[in-house]
Amino acid sequence: MIDKITIIGGYNKQGEKEPVEKVFINRGEIFGVVGPTGSGKSSLIGDIEQLAQEDTFSKRKILVNDEEPSYEDRTNPRKKMVAQLSQNMNFLADMSVGDFLSLHAKCRGASSKCVNAVVNLANTLTGEPIKNDHELTILSGGQSRALMVADVAIISDSPIVLIDEIENAGIRKHDALKVLSGHGKIVMVVTHDPVLALMTDRRIVMKSGGMDKVVGTSEAEKSLSKKLNKIDEFMLSLRDKVRNGDVIEDIELGDVGI
Amino acid sequence: MKMIIVAGTPGSGKTAVLIHALRSLKERGLNSSVIKIDCLYTDDGKKFEKIGIPTKVGLSMDMCPDHYAIYNIEDMIDWADENDSEYLIVETAGLCHRCAPYTVNSLGVCVIDATSGPNTPLKVGPFLSTADIAVITKGDMISQAEREIFRERILEVNPNCKVIEANGLSGQGCIELAEEIVKSPEVSLDEEKLRHSAPLAVCTLCVGETKVNKKHHRGILRRIDGFQTYEGE
Ligand SMILES: Nc1nc2c(ncn2[C@@H]2O[C@H](COP(=O)(O)OP(=O)(O)OP(=O)(O)O)[C@@H](O)[C@H]2O)c(=O)[nH]1
Ligand SMILES: Nc1ncnc2c1ncn2[C@@H]1O[C@H](COP(=O)(O)OP(=O)(O)OP(=O)(O)O)[C@@H](O)[C@H]1O
Ligand SMILES: [Mg+2]
Ligand SMILES: [Mg+2]
Ligand SMILES: [Zn+2]
Ligand SMILES: [Zn+2]
Repeated sequence: MIDKITIIGGYNKQGEKEPVEKVFINRGEIFGVVGPTGSGKSSLIGDIEQLAQEDTFSKRKILVNDEEPSYEDRTNPRKKMVAQLSQNMNFLADMSVGDFLSLHAKCRGASSKCVNAVVNLANTLTGEPIKNDHELTILSGGQSRALMVADVAIISDSPIVLIDEIENAGIRKHDALKVLSGHGKIVMVVTHDPVLALMTDRRIVMKSGGMDKVVGTSEAEKSLSKKLNKIDEFMLSLRDKVRNGDVIEDIELGDVGI
Repeated sequence: MKMIIVAGTPGSGKTAVLIHALRSLKERGLNSSVIKIDCLYTDDGKKFEKIGIPTKVGLSMDMCPDHYAIYNIEDMIDWADENDSEYLIVETAGLCHRCAPYTVNSLGVCVIDATSGPNTPLKVGPFLSTADIAVITKGDMISQAEREIFRERILEVNPNCKVIEANGLSGQGCIELAEEIVKSPEVSLDEEKLRHSAPLAVCTLCVGETKVNKKHHRGILRRIDGFQTYEGE
């Protein structure tokens, strides 16, 4: 059982100590990671994925339940505590969707029955359906992302979930986030999207490769988050219209209800 | 002398990973010398010299680089001795998928690029299957699932090796490789043997024949249907 992880700060890109020295993240918490492009967001969650022990650029150290994880825990996929949806938009592996998923299920010690469940789940997140006999490399960016999300949710089912920019592939981000962040997990979400950022409990702000500060989501932000969600839903409905070939010549902001 | 033989396909990240590992050895006061064996060209020598490690380059030209490396091992060890090095690191080009340059008591390190696809471990042959350590690089460029499958495939081909997931850019995993280098056994050349015998290479092509017609070929010849003959005296 994983109750908390600790990020012990290292060094930023200039080699200076990170302003934030320690961050504790507890079971059940959704944590955001925000910051300009290139500020080190992906690197931070990369450190957590590898359960880094001062062996990466940043020299950060990650503890699980206050202890250093064992070598076995860090490397054996059957024992892995971390599932990661990385920023990669495409698969490079040269095989069919079905073969890929059953191989991955085998690696993670999951049942091969998962395969159809993953494809079905992925298809609820993307537009054109993915089939078992499709080659991975021909999937579009959005289809690949949807499949990665479903794979992480079902096959890599782990107590720590790291999500890098779920908003960037045109898939249904709220649904994807819901699918990934099961009850009692530690979830970290890297995002540029204020709607997602305000849905988290706290967020780390990155700057020049270092953790600059930790901001708690205030009550005011939480109620603003509801409004932002409505605006977002409105934008998504417009997106669907455009996607389906409709013409939008006018919008009624009153529809948003704010 | 401890001998570390590092093989892997071109551009897989051998030099990048070694630079991090050797730098960490150097910080601990342990000296290494590097020999880079390639076929036609390499600028790896400069990269190692930049971090202050004595380096020598050998180009095998039209010979299999692994064969060339093996013929020269004794001289290489003498040279590393002259440099007062505890470790001799041999980075080979690894172009020939039939040879594996590891000797029994060297530390055999295979560096393999995760972006080359999950079937690569099945294709590369003895330089993976007889290695002590498989270093997987460029995992930063693929999904976690692909990384896990790649690792599993490596263990299918070589169940006894230690897998290190490393990043040649950030240096992640390279300290672990340095640890293994420190733990590796001593070699003395007298009785030292190759782990994997060098492949068949006894035909007229090996000695420079360029005509393709069958009638010009002598030696051990294998047909595409698997039938093998010996032509000649
Ligand atoms: N993204 C990424 N790039 C890497 C990694 N490791 C190495 N590279 C890059 O891959 C390229 C080739 O790396 P080298 O270390 O020169 O490869 P090599 O195996 O020594 O190549 P040869 O000696 O020419 O056979 C370089 O541009 C490296 O920066 C890694 O882990 N991730
Ligand atoms: N602590 C650090 N020390 C040194 N280099 C770092 C550090 N953190 C990040 N970097 C380097 O900075 C570069 C950009 O980092 P990263 O990809 O994590 O940014 P990002 O915030 O995810 O950007 P984007 O929003 O574009 O995805 C990378 O090359 C990374 O290696
Ligand atoms: Mg990023
Ligand atoms: Mg090299
Ligand atoms: Zn050869
Ligand atoms: Zn021949």
